[in-house]
Amino acid sequence: MTQTAPPPVRKAPAVRARKSGDTPAERSVRTVISPLALAGRRGKVAYWSVFALVVLLFAFAFLFPVYWMVTGAMKPPEEVVRTPPTLVPEQWRLSGYTDAWELMRLPTHLWNTVVQATGAWVLQIVFCTAAAYSLSKLKPAFGNVILGGILATLMVPVQALVVPKYLTIADMPLIHVNLLNEPLAIWLPAVANAFNLYLLKRFFDQIPRDVLEAAEIDGAGRLRTLWSIVLPLSRPVLGVVSIFALVAVWQDFLWPLMVFSDTEKQPISVALVQLSQNVPLTVLIGAMVIASIPMVLMFLLFQRHIIAGISAGGTKG
Amino acid sequence: MKTTSRPAAPARPRSAGTTPPPGDARPAGRGRREALRRKIADQATAYGFLIGGLLCFILFSWYPAIRSVIIAFQKYTPGSDPEWVGTANFTRVFQDPEFTAAWRNTLTFTALALVIGFAIPFVLALVLNELRHAKAFFRVVVYLPVMIPPVVSALLWKWFYDPGAGLANEVLGFLHLPASNWTNGADTALVSLVAVATWANMGGTVLIYLAALQGIPGELYEAAELDGASVWQRVRHVTIPQTRFIILMLMLLQVIATMQVFTEPFVITGGGPENSTVTVLYLIYKYAFLYNDFGGASALSVMLLLVLSAFSALYLRLTRTD
Repeated sequence: MTQTAPPPVRKAPAVRARKSGDTPAERSVRTVISPLALAGRRGKVAYWSVFALVVLLFAFAFLFPVYWMVTGAMKPPEEVVRTPPTLVPEQWRLSGYTDAWELMRLPTHLWNTVVQATGAWVLQIVFCTAAAYSLSKLKPAFGNVILGGILATLMVPVQALVVPKYLTIADMPLIHVNLLNEPLAIWLPAVANAFNLYLLKRFFDQIPRDVLEAAEIDGAGRLRTLWSIVLPLSRPVLGVVSIFALVAVWQDFLWPLMVFSDTEKQPISVALVQLSQNVPLTVLIGAMVIASIPMVLMFLLFQRHIIAGISAGGTKG
Repeated sequence: MKTTSRPAAPARPRSAGTTPPPGDARPAGRGRREALRRKIADQATAYGFLIGGLLCFILFSWYPAIRSVIIAFQKYTPGSDPEWVGTANFTRVFQDPEFTAAWRNTLTFTALALVIGFAIPFVLALVLNELRHAKAFFRVVVYLPVMIPPVVSALLWKWFYDPGAGLANEVLGFLHLPASNWTNGADTALVSLVAVATWANMGGTVLIYLAALQGIPGELYEAAELDGASVWQRVRHVTIPQTRFIILMLMLLQVIATMQVFTEPFVITGGGPENSTVTVLYLIYKYAFLYNDFGGASALSVMLLLVLSAFSALYLRLTRTD
């Protein structure tokens, strides 16, 4: 269910709204309960009880599973399957992680994932930006028809097309090349991302024509204009697209499961599932933690942008 | 004699692409040819920028969409020539007992996800919106499961549900409730998977609701309160109508997403027990990669495609701004 289309960030300026949307704590917004009702003694007691309850709920529902994973990998194999379970490992050991690293050949699979995600990201940025720039500013003949066709693909759920897409990758039309087990099998289909292309196009549409014409009069070619004028202005939207692109590849499962039958080439998500039957539980848990670290790290680093990007989709209505 | 001052003279060696000065009295034919050449050059540049992306769309969106319909009517196994078989693929998959199970499970999964996976994020967002402290903390923590790779979430819950080493029954025991079969019981497996999907995906929904709730003008609540509306009535008559559009959008998105569920049943239950968690997408995968029957898989894909496209079309229609 990673394929959930992110809700449309309708207008590009929604990205700009980040600043104001991100600090609601400072604004005093009137909500269902009035500030007056909270000011009284009873109100305060009720508020802090609810607050404590929510904190506990969040800790149990969202933080505890992560804690359980991280510590589970540190327990000795016999302790992790014991009932009742121990909340804190009796013996702390790192062998769950080190064994996972070696037994499940995590460096290979992590590297595969990095290669797949980076390539998909680079190709998506290059081709989608160029195409969006062309559709937005260069006005190719039949541009509107092409844009319509691209937007129509938003209606076609990605997962429902995996079978013919697999056949296309297995035998590329006209050139008859087999891309199975090649990173290109991830990279090329990733470019056909109507959502990201549309996001970029909408953003480019808002760059005034005068700016581009001024550059042209100064003797800049189309590529030069794109590189030195359009791209620097589009930094926020490029950031959003980059995050979407990287997360999508890192989280995907069905498509890499189909196109990488060669164990050596599989990304971490596929390898985890394929190897999960044959390794001790602590090793599997260790591998699960390691597989999550890059995404969680990225989230913690860019959480402001990610959360603002998601919230922006909801501000319209 | 100043022959060079004749207007036509400097125009001669003009290279393609330069703008003719106004009032230039050149023969009309050359001007038109010049303009045409420029137009072609402009179009070539425009398509040069477009071509890479366009090719990818042709190869991986449009062509597969058409091809899935074609293969649905063919006997297709890679390596041998396709053969037209009419509607034989459809009749074959219709007769497969797994077909009914897969659609029933998918629809039940979607319905359950709407009930469980929909009410919880809304209520959660409603409560979070009232809290005035640690807002950033809540928003980060609720989104944390979304960033954990779905495969890891699935494996994590498989471990929780484990009848021996799992935590789920421990929690039930702690609450003095009877142990459950979770994913090992044909009647509980699907619900257990919905719980996983809800846990893993609700972060995004909560954040979107939070943003929507913050857009509701406070005066509406004030007015309702002055009219004597209780807290519940304020939610019922102010909050819900004000967020109706977002609720509808997210419902549609959720239907589209949950009908394509694959990772959870594949990783946690393998479709079992007794086909109780086989979904349509899982069945498509089985047809293609276990039975090597791409015709049958395509027939199934076309059916899924038709159903989902109807929802997508509705979604796009409702969200269209221009």
